[in-house]
Amino acid sequence: MFSINQSWRYSVLDFIRKTGRTGLDYSSSVGRSGLFLLRAISGLPLSLDGLSLLAVQIYKVGVLSLIIIVVSGLFIGMVLGLQGYNILIDYGSEQAVGQMVALTLVRELGPVVTALLFAGRAGSALTAEIGLMKATEQLSSMEMMGVDPLRRVIAPRLWAGFISMPILAIIFSSVGIFGGMLVSVDWLGVFEGAFWSNMQSSVDFSEDILNGLIKAVVFGLVCSWIAVFQGYDLVPTSEGIGIATTKTVVYSSLSVLSLDFLLTAVMFGGI
Amino acid sequence: MKGIGSVEPYIEVQKISFLRGHRSIFNDLDLSIPKGKVTAIMGPSGIGKTTLLKLIGGQIKPSSGRVLIDGVDLNTLKRRELFEARAKMGMLFQSGALFSDLSVFENIAFPLRAHTKLPEDMIRDVVLMKLHAVGLRGAWDMMPSELSGGMTRRVALARAIALDPELIMYDEPFAGQDPIAMGVLVQLIRLLNDALGLTSVLVSHDIAEALSICDHAIIIADGRVIGAGSPAELKNDNSPLVKQFVNGLPDGPVPFHYPAGDYRMDLLG
Repeated sequence: MFSINQSWRYSVLDFIRKTGRTGLDYSSSVGRSGLFLLRAISGLPLSLDGLSLLAVQIYKVGVLSLIIIVVSGLFIGMVLGLQGYNILIDYGSEQAVGQMVALTLVRELGPVVTALLFAGRAGSALTAEIGLMKATEQLSSMEMMGVDPLRRVIAPRLWAGFISMPILAIIFSSVGIFGGMLVSVDWLGVFEGAFWSNMQSSVDFSEDILNGLIKAVVFGLVCSWIAVFQGYDLVPTSEGIGIATTKTVVYSSLSVLSLDFLLTAVMFGGI
Repeated sequence: MKGIGSVEPYIEVQKISFLRGHRSIFNDLDLSIPKGKVTAIMGPSGIGKTTLLKLIGGQIKPSSGRVLIDGVDLNTLKRRELFEARAKMGMLFQSGALFSDLSVFENIAFPLRAHTKLPEDMIRDVVLMKLHAVGLRGAWDMMPSELSGGMTRRVALARAIALDPELIMYDEPFAGQDPIAMGVLVQLIRLLNDALGLTSVLVSHDIAEALSICDHAIIIADGRVIGAGSPAELKNDNSPLVKQFVNGLPDGPVPFHYPAGDYRMDLLG
């Protein structure tokens, strides 16, 4: 036991100990999250009851995120149209703005921005909800009644995230293209026929749309997993819930952006 | 240690040790809880009373030793058997732990739907009977957020007895309750235990209330049992730790000062 005058010695040792502890805690948490994912994915009850739980969660996670996705998609599409036109007009290729907007959205911005918005809105809500259930001992009491909370609470939310994210990404891209059209055709005067036909000839279904969808599925998996795990694993205090929701958004965002680079390199970089 | 008189033990905790990280919470703890009686487990806060309830309920495994409930070690059971064993246990958590997205009715129907295949009209009857037992039949369609603290606990109690268990555990049932709610809860615990033939285990550090309703009390400190017996026996116990705890003395074997260096050195040094 050190008295207050010898505390500097204590703090150096303490720092080393804490660094080691943090590293060990981090690796054990990654391991826990892997096991957790396995148990939760296979845990969705395939009964009518289970499907109704899933439907409720798809509504909460997916449908309630529609407003933010649609509004963001619209504005991003409009900005893309505007910026695209301004850049392309210097080269006289403003008729290509349609394919520029479509390709940018379908390949990149659709999946990525949707995932970031999803992590911020639905991901943090999932973490907070599950965390609060843990803190008020609802998960414990469910276990005591012999009902596995992984099956009844976690699995429906996880699958709702998997299912909702790709659909939200498609909606985002579609609304974005519409927004791009509003700006470039209706406002800036690009010829509508050229807008759509250039888009049609350059956007390939399997190369662009399917790849974008694959990205969205992967991002949905990662964001839902992180959100649900952080809620399940947190320290059950109000401070713990705050830390966990922050972690959800930060980890999800970093994972999405780094995975995006990896996937883009594989799909479009010819690796 | 056997139960009081000729009552055989319903729960036997045999030499359990439990470690959390590097901290040893229990070290070779032995205790037994008699059948059909209200047993209070008391001790200083942080001693691991909630952990003990979780060990008894089979939610966590001890590092060594075993816990027998009616002769059965829960940790040796398969999933199916554990599920059925859980139907015989009810637990009342400190915060009530009602499912916040379900109504009072749905909360109490939850264990019934999970463990039985009763038709809806029978479930309705059982739920209303349990609510009536705790005096809240009129609140059947309220949401947990609309209930007061005392009402929440009573609904949680109704949910804990929904399947007519043999064992019921209470985690700090008296914490933060106003005198009327406390009186209601005290009476319910006693009535239910006697009317339903339950074995009740309650964990509390409210000595006065706990000793007033229990038949048997166990005091745990330093990871082991330091005193056990009927409330009268404990009040007359001469050991200093039991005396400090039962009489609420601020200093004694559990010291007032957290370990620190020399006081003069800290001020002058």
